[in-house]
Amino acid sequence: MLHTATAELTAADREGVKVFDLTAHGLRALNQALHDFRRNPTNETVWEIVNTKGAHAIAVGVDAPLDITVRGTTGYYCAGMNKQATIRIDGSAGPGTAENMMSGTVIVEGDASQYAGATGRGGLLVIKGNASSRCGISMKGIDIVVHGNIGHMSAFMAQSGSLVVLGDAGEALGDSLYEARIYVRGQVKSLGADCIEKEMRPEHYEHLEALLRRGLADGKARPEEFRRYGSARKLYTFNIDNASSY
Amino acid sequence: MCGIVGLFLKDPKLEPHLGEMLADMLITMTDRGPDSAGIAVYGRPRKGRAKLTVQSANPGADFDGLDRDLKKEIGGKVGIEVKDTHAVLEVDEDRLEVARDVVRTLRPGLKLMSAGEGIEIYKEVGLPKDVAARFEIARMSGTHGIGHTRMATESAVTTMGAHPFSTGPDQCLVHNGSLSNHNAVRRTLKRAGMTFETENDTEVAAAYLSHKIADGAGLGQAMEGTLQDLDGFFTFVVGTRNGFGVVRDPIACKPAVMAETDQYVAFGSEYRAMVGLPGIETARVWEPEPATVYFWER
Repeated sequence: MLHTATAELTAADREGVKVFDLTAHGLRALNQALHDFRRNPTNETVWEIVNTKGAHAIAVGVDAPLDITVRGTTGYYCAGMNKQATIRIDGSAGPGTAENMMSGTVIVEGDASQYAGATGRGGLLVIKGNASSRCGISMKGIDIVVHGNIGHMSAFMAQSGSLVVLGDAGEALGDSLYEARIYVRGQVKSLGADCIEKEMRPEHYEHLEALLRRGLADGKARPEEFRRYGSARKLYTFNIDNASSY
Repeated sequence: MCGIVGLFLKDPKLEPHLGEMLADMLITMTDRGPDSAGIAVYGRPRKGRAKLTVQSANPGADFDGLDRDLKKEIGGKVGIEVKDTHAVLEVDEDRLEVARDVVRTLRPGLKLMSAGEGIEIYKEVGLPKDVAARFEIARMSGTHGIGHTRMATESAVTTMGAHPFSTGPDQCLVHNGSLSNHNAVRRTLKRAGMTFETENDTEVAAAYLSHKIADGAGLGQAMEGTLQDLDGFFTFVVGTRNGFGVVRDPIACKPAVMAETDQYVAFGSEYRAMVGLPGIETARVWEPEPATVYFWER
């Protein structure tokens, strides 16, 4: 009985907050309501999604300056393709979180599963726990700040944007990297093909300081504690000496 | 795809609900694989007794008088419980091996699902909810169990191609992924005396573990071996009479989430599978690391 009473309380709209019960109303209704906002904006810009139960595709394809808090753990692709919105996951996030994000901010309070922020073109993804393998794979302009560790093959074929890791990185970091910037504070298990350590110059300290601030990590780490990694540019640029290999 | 679930209970108070919890977990994973479904349940062993779970395409004819015929051949006390296409034969523990051979002679059409002190395996083509209902999984009690819902890749959609695969006493394995060197490993294991029922890759993984364990390896040791000797994609969940293990290949692209409380250890292909478990809100939830063996034994 206690459980039911709590659920009813959380499901009721509070002042200024549109509360959406996902179990009661379903995923399609949620995402449709969020998409409708683009053409028919209302004053209900602050949303809270409850009873998520690890569901897939929560708040995917949002294209409006909404403030959305997802209570509980999410399944695949939460906040995928986000544009403009600030989406906070108050729990852990499943595979493909914020995949192909265009702009806006996604904050994961817990851990994130595989390929968080994959192919992201813009915006900011903050993961306060650890991120699993392939974080930022093929990123194309997104900024990702991970407060914990990241798994293997992270930033694989990353093209642009920044990946900041306050903890350690797994095997093959930045394999086949293009032009993304990677900053790691802890240990890197191994670097992938064509990824090398690079000098931290004044502009990088400045860049990193801003990223840490935006990534809600400025109280946790200082730019001087990080190493920078980037592309050696030998793999993706044409080299006449390698002509016979192409 | 494929969906895997597993539950290893630490708190005996939950044992009467094992089947119910496990069936719910598996049904939640239905959209990861609709081809076939199976569940292994480990009940509390009864002293001096052991069980054979068999399956038949003609249960009416095959199971009629089977306990009587078996008793005539092997002696001792023989019990039978028929559940749809499956039957669980209970025999004296020291008669288990001979019972297994005799059953095949008595009813050549029977397929052996599992043999051991605690294990019962039920699997069929169809959706998890239908399979769970046909075998009344929700009414089963037990100490631990694993389940699988299949999206077939490496072999045909048949009862025998469904998971879990059992290749040794009280042992079983479920798999999400596909192995690329299973034919070579199968040949090696055949030379070592292992027998196979199917052309399925997962059966090879199960037999690999059974072979290692028969050679004296512990569960953890046997599972470590899969990282060296099996090539391909895998997340395995393994059950033994008193143990429960999880291992993922080094690439680890097949999803896995685990949860642990004072009452249980749970595994799901997705977190969704575990949302109905008691105390999940405060459980320690994590993603098993690649190329890392996790196991629990009581």
